[in-house]
Amino acid sequence: MNTQFWLTQAFNGISYGALLFLVGSGLSLIFGVMRIVNLSHGSYFLLGGYVALSVIWTTGSWLLAIPVAALTIAVVGVAMERVFLRPLGFDPLRQVLLTVGFAFLFQQAALDIWTGNNFDINPPDALTKSIVVGGLYLPLYRIFMIGTALVIGVVLWLVMEKTRMGAAVRATVDDAQMARGVGIDTSRISMLIFALGAFLAALGGVIGGAFLGIYPGLDFEMLPIAFAVVIIGGMGSLGGAAIGALVVGLADNFGKALFPEVSYFTLYAPMALILAVKPTGLFGRE
Amino acid sequence: MKSQHIKVLIVVAALAAIAIIVPNTNSFVILLTTRALAFSILVMSLDILLGYTGLPSLGQAAYLGVGAYLTAILATRYQFGLGYDFWLVVVLGILFAAALAAIFGLLAIRATGVYFLMITLALGQCAWGLAYRWNSLTGGDNGINLRARPKFGIDLANEVTFFYLVFVLFAVSLLLMYTLVRSPFGRSLAGIRERELRMKILGYNTWLHKYIAFIIAGGFGGLAGVLWAHTAGIVSPENVVLTTSVDALLMAVLGGAGTLVGGVIGAFIVFGLREYLSTLVPWWQYALGAVYVLTILYLPTGLMGIPERLRQRRAATGNREDVKKMAPVTS
Repeated sequence: MNTQFWLTQAFNGISYGALLFLVGSGLSLIFGVMRIVNLSHGSYFLLGGYVALSVIWTTGSWLLAIPVAALTIAVVGVAMERVFLRPLGFDPLRQVLLTVGFAFLFQQAALDIWTGNNFDINPPDALTKSIVVGGLYLPLYRIFMIGTALVIGVVLWLVMEKTRMGAAVRATVDDAQMARGVGIDTSRISMLIFALGAFLAALGGVIGGAFLGIYPGLDFEMLPIAFAVVIIGGMGSLGGAAIGALVVGLADNFGKALFPEVSYFTLYAPMALILAVKPTGLFGRE
Repeated sequence: MKSQHIKVLIVVAALAAIAIIVPNTNSFVILLTTRALAFSILVMSLDILLGYTGLPSLGQAAYLGVGAYLTAILATRYQFGLGYDFWLVVVLGILFAAALAAIFGLLAIRATGVYFLMITLALGQCAWGLAYRWNSLTGGDNGINLRARPKFGIDLANEVTFFYLVFVLFAVSLLLMYTLVRSPFGRSLAGIRERELRMKILGYNTWLHKYIAFIIAGGFGGLAGVLWAHTAGIVSPENVVLTTSVDALLMAVLGGAGTLVGGVIGAFIVFGLREYLSTLVPWWQYALGAVYVLTILYLPTGLMGIPERLRQRRAATGNREDVKKMAPVTS
């Protein structure tokens, strides 16, 4: 337990947090805008990984796989939102259950198309090396993950804070009824946010597939962790999702390293406590 | 009032039919029915929260887990609960699960709607995390294998005997829960479901009502767990995982929330599809997913709501004919 241990664990935690940010930010925005608890978000993550695998197998290009997978799943997300979720209107329980039904359908479809085997997404060789900083071995891939999350986070933040579109989204999160009243097309906002959420989750799946692997059951493993991110950070807030992702990433890594027997407990118990005290999350918009 | 009597008679007749027919079928059907009955107790316990109190819980599997792990740990470590002391395990399973619900409830009850869903998800994941990781107690990912079923005068290793045991405990649970929801307490739960604020204004302590309902549901979940452990012969994190809670919720909704019996029907359909259809066709899970999606889209009141919807439709078309008859007069 020297400094090196702490630094390595912290680095791993931060890079895992970067991945969680991709998954959590979309989930958080979807909840914020539509008040939908999207239980098929883990499926988007997994399907993103699978689509990327198919692209890599046919074209051999990892760089091409990232946008293709993310866009494909974004289309799936939009279709789900338009065809099934939207007609239900505002009925949270039915919407939640519907997303679970879809999660099961996606699970079976993935099993049929990509079999039940475990796969790895292999990034280009350039990213598999490590660099040494002050005696620490830092895998380039994890640095790439942190970089991606940073770029996406900054872009999202700029769009949300500086554009008219972003202002409309924030207005919808704060008070959807009022937003409709002043002429914001909340239905279109919902569609965009759902697409964005699915896009980000699938992106997470492609990037995370390199070190988590892609296997059946990953969808329902990822889902509660993404919820932990959203709840700790606060629903509907980007900054919150970033902090939540960082906290969960670090808690997960240190939990597994320090107290392996109760590691998941140390992750979910604070989540339950935060929810009990402040249901909108630590940094949630009221 | 009379239609209520008819409904009760139908349920009693259906239960009698199960008790008579199932033991005379093959062991596959007996095992399937036993599993479905044991799990039905969990689904009904969830229905008390979902259908009667309006609290959609996504962590009900935690209580199943407490009952199941308690049974497995006592049986394999201390050889406890394999004779007459099985009944003590039943009581302990109920008490432990109710105690866990009492702790979880303190955190969860204040939340409503989607937030209740999330907080019960988080609490359920706490239970799952312990089951999955606490290797020295729970056997981790591998779970715990139960080598034998209890023997006390009757031998529960015999599948027909065991079926009857589960059946009787199921029937008792159904009766107790039915009595509960028909009691004044159950009526006030329904009042909270419909409009909590009004109940508060009328002077009801709604928090306490919901808290007690939560604990009772947990206790029944524990009973389901004890039975499940001996039914399946293995207890693993699979029993506590999020998808198990989701399954229970979907079964309740599929059959019709707020009916108790609906959840049982939902459980039988899902177990039937899963275990029977899966031996016939590879696409069984599509069928299951489609059943869920279609139910939620087109049958928000579940299968139990079908007669009511038919009646409404008939009434609606009847009215339209009346209107048609009236039309020439007015024009």
